[in-house]
Amino acid sequence: MRIVFKTSYDADIGLFAHRYQAFWYVLLLAVAVGLPFVMNDFWIGEFALMLIWAIAGMGLMILVGHAGQPSLGHAAFMAVGAYTNVILQTSLGWPFLVSFPLSGCAAALAGALLALPTARLHGIYLAIATLAVSILAEDGIVMLAPWTGGVSGIFAPDIQIFGVGFNRYVNAPGFYWLTLGVAVLVVLGYRNILRSPLGRSLVAVRDSEISAQAIGVNLAWTKAVSFALSCGVTGLAGALMGHFAGVFNHETFTIFLSITLLMMIVIGGLGSIHGAFLGAIVITFLPLVISIVREFLNERLGTASVMPPGIETAAFGAILIAFILLEPMGIYGRWVKIRTYFELFPFCRRDMFRRQRGYLRTERIR
Amino acid sequence: MSLLELEDVTISFGGLTAVEGASFSVNPGEVFALVGPNGAGKSTIFNLVSRYCTPSEGDIRFEGKSILGCAPHDIPRLGIARTFQNIELFEHATVLQNLLIGRHTHRRSNAISEILHLPGVRVEERRHRLAAEKVIDFLDLQPYRENLIMGLPYGVRKIVELGRALAVEPKLLLLDEPASGLSAEETDDVAFWIEDIRKVMGITVLMVEHDMGLVSSVSDRVLALADGKTLVIGTPQEVQRDPAVIEAYIGLGDDGVDE
Repeated sequence: MRIVFKTSYDADIGLFAHRYQAFWYVLLLAVAVGLPFVMNDFWIGEFALMLIWAIAGMGLMILVGHAGQPSLGHAAFMAVGAYTNVILQTSLGWPFLVSFPLSGCAAALAGALLALPTARLHGIYLAIATLAVSILAEDGIVMLAPWTGGVSGIFAPDIQIFGVGFNRYVNAPGFYWLTLGVAVLVVLGYRNILRSPLGRSLVAVRDSEISAQAIGVNLAWTKAVSFALSCGVTGLAGALMGHFAGVFNHETFTIFLSITLLMMIVIGGLGSIHGAFLGAIVITFLPLVISIVREFLNERLGTASVMPPGIETAAFGAILIAFILLEPMGIYGRWVKIRTYFELFPFCRRDMFRRQRGYLRTERIR
Repeated sequence: MSLLELEDVTISFGGLTAVEGASFSVNPGEVFALVGPNGAGKSTIFNLVSRYCTPSEGDIRFEGKSILGCAPHDIPRLGIARTFQNIELFEHATVLQNLLIGRHTHRRSNAISEILHLPGVRVEERRHRLAAEKVIDFLDLQPYRENLIMGLPYGVRKIVELGRALAVEPKLLLLDEPASGLSAEETDDVAFWIEDIRKVMGITVLMVEHDMGLVSSVSDRVLALADGKTLVIGTPQEVQRDPAVIEAYIGLGDDGVDE
């Protein structure tokens, strides 16, 4: 059992809760940086994809997990990021270092514009409105064919930074380190938001709009900021995804991508940065696990294919249902419980994590 | 000059007139209580002052200026903080975070400096934390500082909500039934705190309360309401003896007014 003795307010404001925690995160970062030295290019590519999912997940997590605004339209903002990034590079010849941040800005702007009309919508209604955005985006890509390439798609050029190429196949470690760098920066920014008044105002909007107003939080403004931040980060992930895929068209950014993103953060655990990463690990590596199991079974049983197509979607669905029923706080919630059990060993009690009855909330004034 | 002034305020929801021609003023430094049976319009008056509703007639002035042009989130910036009848805390945040959210009107940093965590943000954070710790010390919330609201018992939540309103550092504090659901000891604590809020912190208190013991022990003046109409304004003793108030609460007997 560990007791952290705090001696100043800075202990709570700092990036890490205590030194042991800082040690583990630095170790994790060191392992992540060193990964290309022990793994082959295929696995490094998979880890890069995992980081891209995690960046997109963090983007959505700001909105859904912290500001409490569900969105089914984030594939559209990934598309905005991906297309802006490639078009700026190919049509205008701008370097990646300029086009990449601008792709995030473009997606952020699109998100803020969406927030203007949807600021008054709650829960399921907001989800439906953003769902419409996701569907419109697909058609929009096709209609803007002169710029986006429409149905035939668009090729993402190789990333060039100061003459160094970051092609995913030619320089897999380089591409991986690039995504890792972006992911670390996003984590830092996210963490800074959470420990500042902005992050607290997001939580306020999520938990009680009425009392958020009563302490001076401007609802419309805060929602617009959360949409802009969320969509901006998702746009960055979209830009990286474009380079990862190499070529993409309107079918890359369908409504299923939006649903996958939302599923990912729910499985990972809403309301935490860890949740985005844990969900990304599941989304990236579950298909691999399934294909490995499939090959193994094929070998053993000597049949061509024992598993029908669509098994991945079914597996995701089953996992999602299982989590919502058994562990609504996601993988991260389960991890926190396990950690607490060992930290408090042997004093942990089953009822420690049981929710108290929620008290009636004022619904009269909205 | 009075701090808060309501002049002929009327509001109706559909056919129901919730408040009809309410006029009263709250003087700086006093504890002003609103009493009345359920549905008298007490909470509606609070919601009017918080600008959740707009009166159909009349004017509400704070420090001499009309607040009818303000949005709800502008009200705490003027110096009016409130609590809610049914607790409205941020359930998935800790007690400390709830108090820090209460400091929102004192935020000086902008979103970009916060994302980058510039040195100024940290200085601000320490300042907010110091203010939150003062509230924690005042309300004896130390044992619950790091607890999530959703795990706390009702009585503690009630006090945390009072604390969040105090973290705003308001000039006028609106307390919507501060003692409802509290035990006798906890109600005594609340009476004690209201005294200190007025005397030590110099905050004017406007409260809605059913517990007449608490009302008469802390309030300077009391306004009795029934069916949206103002019955009487006076000291707690005067109001309790007023025939119209007795009628509103327990009805008329066969032989007129008698306790």
